[in-house]
Amino acid sequence: MSVRKIIAAATLAATALVGTQALAGDKIRIATEGAYAPFNMKNEQGELIGFDVEIAKALCAEMKADCTIVEQDWDGMIPALRGKKFDAIIASMSITEERLRAIDFTDPYYTNALAFVAAQGAEFKTDKASLKGKTLGAQRATIAGQYLEDELGDIVDVKLYDTQDNAYLDLASGRLDGLVSDKFPAYDWMRTDAGKSYEFKGDEIKTATVDKIGIGIRKGDNELKEKFNKALKAIVQDGTYGKINAKYFPFSIY
Amino acid sequence: MSWDWDVIIKYYPKLLDGALLTLELVLISGFIGVALAVPTALARVSPNRLISTLPFCFIYFFRGTPLLIQIFLIYYGASQFEAIRESSLWPILKEPYWCAIIAFSLNTAAYSAELFRGAIQAIPRGELEAADAFGMSWFKKTRRIVLPRAFGIALPGYGNEVVLMLKSSALASTITLLDLTGMARTIQARTYTPVELFTAAGVIYLVMAALVIGLFRMMESYFNRYQYYKPPIDPLGVEKQ
Repeated sequence: MSVRKIIAAATLAATALVGTQALAGDKIRIATEGAYAPFNMKNEQGELIGFDVEIAKALCAEMKADCTIVEQDWDGMIPALRGKKFDAIIASMSITEERLRAIDFTDPYYTNALAFVAAQGAEFKTDKASLKGKTLGAQRATIAGQYLEDELGDIVDVKLYDTQDNAYLDLASGRLDGLVSDKFPAYDWMRTDAGKSYEFKGDEIKTATVDKIGIGIRKGDNELKEKFNKALKAIVQDGTYGKINAKYFPFSIY
Repeated sequence: MSWDWDVIIKYYPKLLDGALLTLELVLISGFIGVALAVPTALARVSPNRLISTLPFCFIYFFRGTPLLIQIFLIYYGASQFEAIRESSLWPILKEPYWCAIIAFSLNTAAYSAELFRGAIQAIPRGELEAADAFGMSWFKKTRRIVLPRAFGIALPGYGNEVVLMLKSSALASTITLLDLTGMARTIQARTYTPVELFTAAGVIYLVMAALVIGLFRMMESYFNRYQYYKPPIDPLGVEKQ
């Protein structure tokens, strides 16, 4: 073995060592979207805030981990996790069968439901016959978007948006007759000036499975998954979760 | 990372649908863009400040701001005003399709106008002098000398502009249009195979770009044929008969 090869091997071994140490030292990169109020959004200083971000910080404090929270566009979220741009997704991501084929999830940290949203007083019945021919919007790459495409794609004109905010804008402009949206962010939006003249229409949408929201983890990253699960149980039990929940909603979303 | 051919084969027809919309957007806004660019360029070269200022501002604005911002201003911005929502323009501005056409047309019109301005100013002055010596009116000189000459000079540069526009049209996907990029994004949101789908979309863009480049190459070799020097000796060194 030449000297050069030995040096190369030593460097490689050293990097490998540092690499595992970095993991053992609990540096965790967490991604969120930043355009999904009140779960993740940005304040006037451009910092990421919201329910997801606070839960992420509480989990990190519980795990005594050194976390950085990064921003990532929604539809690139799963590819970027798989490409190791970060280690976890805390961005109100529903646990679905399709996603489970690509990534893994922790235990759910809240439960979501879908609902129709339209202007107050607008004629908007939610049975299929009444929906026929309407223009409905949702965010791309969400279960709301998939519900629209799969269940109503044949009878309504489906518009998919990059962010939930853009979908609200088009509902306000009248381009959309209504939205299919996650219930809690819509509830929060209706409390703002922009959303105050809109309401839920019909009942909660019945989806095949209950929509549970989890933390996205790369497949095989079981150690991190267990850590998150343990920390999640701990913050639910010690009341940290309840405090964060109460800041955003007057009812429990767990 | 495994490569999934099935996903490409399964969604290929959808991607082609998207490519068709991309072509449609580029063609329509290309034609409107040229129709706007020619008078803009002519006004821009006018020695009269009153005539040349407005085109200057138009070109400056659309060249100086990102196309994405222009699209958002037209699509999300205009719709914020009740006056616009209640105007007779709303049926057009309501549609993402027409908003994209308007944004692309104005954007390419600004770039092309600047291109045509350069071409008009590159016409050899002797030819313009000759036109004046014949006593041609401004209109006749423009129609017979300025535009035909500028057309030939601008052609290679304009081909480049069309290729750039073909790629910028991907921004249509940000306002719910299912162009080639929008289609690829929407499909990969279901399948989580971004590498396969964006590669497939990239290949289709390359083919479309090749078509545009080929078309302009043909037009150049036809309209600018007088420019090409054909040496009397062929490259093998054999003298021609």
